[in-house]
Amino acid sequence: MWITCPRCGGRPVEEYRFGGEVRGAAAWITDAALRDVDYVWMYDNIEGVTTERWFHGAGCRRWLTIRRDTTTDTIVA
Amino acid sequence: MNDFVERRIALRWHAPRRAYDVLIIGGGGHGLATAYYLADRHGITNVAVIEAGYIGSGNSGRNTTIIRANYGIPEAVRFYQHSLELYQTLEEELDCRFMHETKGIMWLAHTETQMRAEGARSLLNLACGAETVMITPLEAKELCPQLDLSGGGRYPVLGASYHPAAATARHDRVVWGYAQGAMRHGVHVAQHTMVTGLQRHGTRVTGVETTSGPISAGVVLSAAGGRVSTIAAHAGVRLPIRTHPLQAFVTNSYDFPFPGIVSDTELLCYVSQTERGQMLVGAEFDAQPSYSQRSSFSFLQSCAAKVTRLLPFMRDLRILRQWTGICDISADFSPIMGQTGVDGFLVTTGWGTWGFKAIPAGGEQMAQLIATGRTPALLEPFRLDRFASDHTMADPGSTGTH
Repeated sequence: MWITCPRCGGRPVEEYRFGGEVRGAAAWITDAALRDVDYVWMYDNIEGVTTERWFHGAGCRRWLTIRRDTTTDTIVA
Repeated sequence: MNDFVERRIALRWHAPRRAYDVLIIGGGGHGLATAYYLADRHGITNVAVIEAGYIGSGNSGRNTTIIRANYGIPEAVRFYQHSLELYQTLEEELDCRFMHETKGIMWLAHTETQMRAEGARSLLNLACGAETVMITPLEAKELCPQLDLSGGGRYPVLGASYHPAAATARHDRVVWGYAQGAMRHGVHVAQHTMVTGLQRHGTRVTGVETTSGPISAGVVLSAAGGRVSTIAAHAGVRLPIRTHPLQAFVTNSYDFPFPGIVSDTELLCYVSQTERGQMLVGAEFDAQPSYSQRSSFSFLQSCAAKVTRLLPFMRDLRILRQWTGICDISADFSPIMGQTGVDGFLVTTGWGTWGFKAIPAGGEQMAQLIATGRTPALLEPFRLDRFASDHTMADPGSTGTH
């Protein structure tokens, strides 16, 4: 799997560190405490296209956001 | 599964009926074991197991077959020790040989910090009934003569914790054994039947939608492994689970006996010998979540660099094949079993990279939960609501590699 860094170009995934899916608090959970539990512990874990943050640790050492299809490991955008 | 195997072990497939008392999603070890124990221990036989592929085609057929109980928290040690003991008599119980072989596992330490961590682990294990002892480098060399105690000059072995009861077993055969046992009691197993949704009535889950039509059920249990989040989402249940790939590979046959299992918690890799003589190597799971079941060359590179330092003879072997499973890794690296907060829908998940060893205990305890409606003491610490009540079971050091 290769990821294209806007500064360094296409580089192998081993150079990057996974930084988690991009998401906000679950607005549909009305109880504030339960919403916090959800935000801290629960994952969307989407089987399909997700938006996620990656850190280019062995390159420019900056963060980037990509959209990736988790069923094929292809970068969508 | 191929026709030869199916004929030999007399498995009887069923087209699913329209309704069951208990419906289990996922024909892997945990799903089939739960069905077997429901029928055998509790007389609940109106049970179906539905599997999207063929039975054992997921992580039950992709793991590295290690059975051990040397975990890092008391609740986990008790649970896995119970599972390890069930495995010891399981061949007789299921009337099925799966080449269960007790061979012992050593966890090598290369630093003082790791020596202290392993020392603490062995004391905790002893206190909880799982025998683990500290051994010196020379004792490690006696147990495994192939070991290079200097670690290729880079990773000197300072000592190890040794868990003599650790074992391996033929993983597919365990799955088939449970399937056979369940079928003998009249449990239906349907292969190539994929769940596409859950039926809900009010707040209750009342059945599943599948590629073979709808099936209603009194209780639906997800034992689906890596795809559990997708299934739970149909019921509106959110889980602290991420699905990560876990890779492994085997070499061609090594012509000499390699006793025991050698594991390295600092290098994050482990080695054992299969019944066919192949050397089986596994390591930590891939950092990024993925459902792709794709293997990588960089995994082979990194593992080869580590294991050839510890076990120099492996330089002369060739890599035969590699594979990948997609693992449901929980946020605290412990399993999640039981109620989900939605009536009629249970999960057994979070089996991440440590599920094979837990198949008998997981199945037995989940069956007891379904049959009695009460959470057994062994499962109590592993409830899903532990995250909301701030009682997480963090144990990454014991599970991250296996």
